[in-house]
Amino acid sequence: MARDMTDKEILKMELDQLKKEVSTPRTPVGANCQETISFVEGLAADDPLIKGVPDDKNPYKGDKGGCIIT
Amino acid sequence: MCDQTFMAITFGPCDNCSTTSPLMNIYIKNEPTNYCSFCVEMMACQGLLKGETLASLKNESESLKKKLEEERAKLHDVELHQVAEKIEVVSALSIKTRRVLKGHGNKVLCMDWCKDKRRLVSSSQDGKVIVWDGFTLNKEHAVPMPCTWVMACAYAPSGCAIACGGLDNKCSVYPLSLDKNENLAAKKKSVAMHTNYLSGCTFTNSDMQILTSSGDGTCALWDVESGQLLQSFHGHTADVLSLDLAPSETGNTFVSGGCDKKANVWDMRSGQNVQSFETHESDINCVKYYPSGDAFASASDDATCRLYDLRADREVAVYQKDSIIFGVSSLDFSLSGRLLFGGYNDYTINIWDVLKGNRVSMLFGHENRVSTVKVSPDGTSVCSASWDNTLRVSRALGMPWLLVLYSLT
Repeated sequence: MARDMTDKEILKMELDQLKKEVSTPRTPVGANCQETISFVEGLAADDPLIKGVPDDKNPYKGDKGGCIIT
Repeated sequence: MCDQTFMAITFGPCDNCSTTSPLMNIYIKNEPTNYCSFCVEMMACQGLLKGETLASLKNESESLKKKLEEERAKLHDVELHQVAEKIEVVSALSIKTRRVLKGHGNKVLCMDWCKDKRRLVSSSQDGKVIVWDGFTLNKEHAVPMPCTWVMACAYAPSGCAIACGGLDNKCSVYPLSLDKNENLAAKKKSVAMHTNYLSGCTFTNSDMQILTSSGDGTCALWDVESGQLLQSFHGHTADVLSLDLAPSETGNTFVSGGCDKKANVWDMRSGQNVQSFETHESDINCVKYYPSGDAFASASDDATCRLYDLRADREVAVYQKDSIIFGVSSLDFSLSGRLLFGGYNDYTINIWDVLKGNRVSMLFGHENRVSTVKVSPDGTSVCSASWDNTLRVSRALGMPWLLVLYSLT
């Protein structure tokens, strides 16, 4: 656990991790953003929180009010 | 603590060399030690040697971090909101609170949706875990936990069990039975054991494995049946506050965020930390994968939410505003990934446009800080849990309303 480790051990752990990370394969931001955008555009039309849910399908709508007295 | 008085030995046997001489009272790592002046000198010199290696390690670490930054910056050709300029603005949202779930006696700390899109489980500081039916407001089960501050709860994918834990340092699984009279607490199964509080838990793709994050700085993967530790993940240097599994199509990884301001992406099979991001200025309270699986967002006490792209290996967007100064405790994405819901400590939920980077709307209603925000599995509702003891389920208004108005004009 981190709190049981000495400062030196923590630094060593961070150093090992950084060494691994410097060599990870990366792709340019622009290309990735384009992909993300096309992903979202494809799905956004069906997003229920953006376009809403028709009342007949909305189980949360509740009653209009009024009560039935028998 | 200047009003405390304590004894200090100023003459006697030295702790190190046992010679009787005048002593210097010093504190090493909060432990009081009494050394004679000679031993103190010796120790200071040793300290220097250690200090040298500490400093050289630090220097190496700094230079590697700089190199990493340079590598990442090379690929930073454009910003997300610049690429997104040509997209249409999100139409005005009409999300309203449809249900308020009352019943907890104290702050609601966590909640989770069931895959059937109507049930929810929530856990609270009062030590109770309640399973609700979101449509009817019925409380289907109420499980008392032996500890207060149940900080994490999760619904199993099958809908037949819940997992929860908190200050008891454990994660326990309770199978849900249809028989209302059965005592759920008796069926409890302790699965995970940590050495500090449990901050987050989630089932993997099946009911058989649980992933947990803890205040002891580690995350762990457990087998539910045997309670065995399958894999542990070390790398954070402070409490881990949140974790999220990658959406199933994209493989066996998960992301965790913690008090060391780092968000780490881990490989579940090898236990290795594959990517790490440190751009936040304060504790990361929540991390969430993007629906596409290629990015994730984090929410922090520095009042910002940030989006990190995993393929570009860098932060691509920051969701912040000068007028927002309170920390974000939780966040979630809408189904398409266009909207980001952030629950803030100023009692509101801000809705951000993920692509353009601006705030689209706000949700009010809670009377204390929002602790958890989660979008339902089908994307139709968003539930927020708060320290005001309630949960609120919100939905967007239906379209037919607008059609009726049109025909009248």
